[in-house]
Amino acid sequence: MNIITSQIIPVNRSHVDTDLIIPAEFLRSVTKKGFGQHLFARLRASDKSFPFNLEKYQGSKIMVAGMNFGCGSSREHAAWALADWGIRIIIAPSFADIFHQNALNNQILPIILQEHVIEMIFTKEAQHSTYEITVDLSNQTVRIPSGEIYPFSIDPYRKECLLNGMDDFDYLLSKRYQIDAFEQKNKSNRFFDTYAVRQLINEETSS
Amino acid sequence: MKTIIEKIWDSHVVEHLEGFPDILAIDLQLVHEVTSPQAFQVLKERNLSVFAPHRTLATVDHNVPTIREGLTIQNPISRHQIETLRENCRMFGVPLLDMGSGYQGIVHVIGPELGFTHPGMTIVCGDSHTSTHGAFGALAFGIGTSEVARVLATGCILQERPKTMRVSFKGDLPIGVTAKDIILALIRKIGVNGGTGHVIEYTGAPVRALSMDERMTICNMSIECGARAGLIVPDETTFAYIKGKIGAPKGEKWEKAISYWKKLTTDNGATYDKEIELSLSTMAPMVTWGINPEQTIAINELVPNSISFPREMRDLAQKAIDYVKLNPGNPIEGVPIDYVFIGSCTNARLSDLREAAKVMKGRKVAPGVKVFIVPGSESIHRIAIEEGLAAIFIEAGAEYRSPGCSMCLAMNEDRVPPGKRCASTSNRNFIGRQGPESITHLMSPIMAAAVAVTGKITDVRKFL
Repeated sequence: MNIITSQIIPVNRSHVDTDLIIPAEFLRSVTKKGFGQHLFARLRASDKSFPFNLEKYQGSKIMVAGMNFGCGSSREHAAWALADWGIRIIIAPSFADIFHQNALNNQILPIILQEHVIEMIFTKEAQHSTYEITVDLSNQTVRIPSGEIYPFSIDPYRKECLLNGMDDFDYLLSKRYQIDAFEQKNKSNRFFDTYAVRQLINEETSS
Repeated sequence: MKTIIEKIWDSHVVEHLEGFPDILAIDLQLVHEVTSPQAFQVLKERNLSVFAPHRTLATVDHNVPTIREGLTIQNPISRHQIETLRENCRMFGVPLLDMGSGYQGIVHVIGPELGFTHPGMTIVCGDSHTSTHGAFGALAFGIGTSEVARVLATGCILQERPKTMRVSFKGDLPIGVTAKDIILALIRKIGVNGGTGHVIEYTGAPVRALSMDERMTICNMSIECGARAGLIVPDETTFAYIKGKIGAPKGEKWEKAISYWKKLTTDNGATYDKEIELSLSTMAPMVTWGINPEQTIAINELVPNSISFPREMRDLAQKAIDYVKLNPGNPIEGVPIDYVFIGSCTNARLSDLREAAKVMKGRKVAPGVKVFIVPGSESIHRIAIEEGLAAIFIEAGAEYRSPGCSMCLAMNEDRVPPGKRCASTSNRNFIGRQGPESITHLMSPIMAAAVAVTGKITDVRKFL
């Protein structure tokens, strides 16, 4: 991911929760695949004009949404569903914390722009048959069709991860020495052992 | 001078580097069947083992049937998900409290119930209601599945340092007003994103008077105002709850633990990024009217009109009114209800069942109403039978089910049918949360019990 230009898909409502993004009955899969078909299942079922039902938005990579996008459940299935559908970037006035992290962990870039800018984008998009936005991650800018450019901020570490396809897993595994040292030092401050439940249920010890 | 939040954070930082998130060590990881299979899969693909299986505990809750016919599950997709967890636990040596073990239950009910949740811990689970464990003075938060995999493999997580927020409760709690009402009132006040980026510390004399079950109800719903976690400084109530449980330290270790736990306070003069005060003395039982937990009113209020809200909230308020099919300006009291659900990680503990049973004792479920009582764990299920609570529910005409998340999120067969209205002790009234086109009104267990016997939203104080 570096520069992406795409027709935007608008989800003009605030506090979109992850149950709305993907309801619980679709969470029974044990893989990460195929969640896109259930994306926004409730809204797609109840509203024919919901943008995810409309032909003109198919293939959009950039979603624009209202404030506190992704609140509620921690289900990463919400990010998997968005990614599977094809969303690479979400622009909103704010995000819920766990969803924000889940998005980054799936190479979806969450961008925060001021509320009045988002509202202007919703208004303009509704007035035009096409409305393409360009996001430049290296330069941290969003360019709208009228030519205005809005800068956005991103944590330098997260930016590096997105640009180079790295993730926290690689980073943590590279810190094994520090993690083991911490573990040794703090052993005596941990006053429990979950294996104790085996006394309760008399389960055979397995390895 | 530090808050308890900063003390716990600092004592778990493995490495702090400028320009990077902190590496935070995790003490206890809880695992369930829905958000773990893809994580274990990553470990298999990378040929990694579980870093600390003896600090990991698994159970099945989200997707289990609440009518049990032995241990098999009829639905093949659900069965496969649960069998996948069993297989992963065997393969990676993670202890599992399975159905029929006598101790299975909702992950946030069994952790504390077995004494594994301790003050000062960092706790994670692939579930947003992990904040429940904050009731013990632990820093506990929900994570996504990618992070579940990383914690399984490394015992650590990368996290940005949170902001801190103090919520000070004041005044005496009126009769009929419960922990559930307190947290709903707080969410109404600060909004569903009022806590975003923050860890909340709940303080004040009323908090000290609450039982551990009640503290868990409050901390449980911290996520519903967007907070990363919520916690309460531990005290004698906390220590007494843990003592003697299977996960509790014993002998010398207990003494050592207690002296450590007693240091987990907020220093005088420590400051917070945000401060909120809430007076409880004039509060009434609360009910949600809309499609998120912020859309809450007291039982004696009227369903609001969307134009009464500030501009930025109006659109969602109108969407909510349309969805829940209520008339603005009418009382919320008296709205007819089809289903009652007493359960979930918010309100399925023994004290919740006891309080609900007091209201339902000697009364009958109203005609046409379907009532589900779903205890939080097999232990609670068993004790509630021994105490005669189950008999009270069954005699009233309610269904007494086996433990699981059940109708809170409607992942299994327990669903509110389209267009039906449910009084629920759970934590989310999102659109379609309890089933497609279902309508949810969140409330306390005693309020839900009052609905069960009257068939409509009722002020429980009439029964007390």
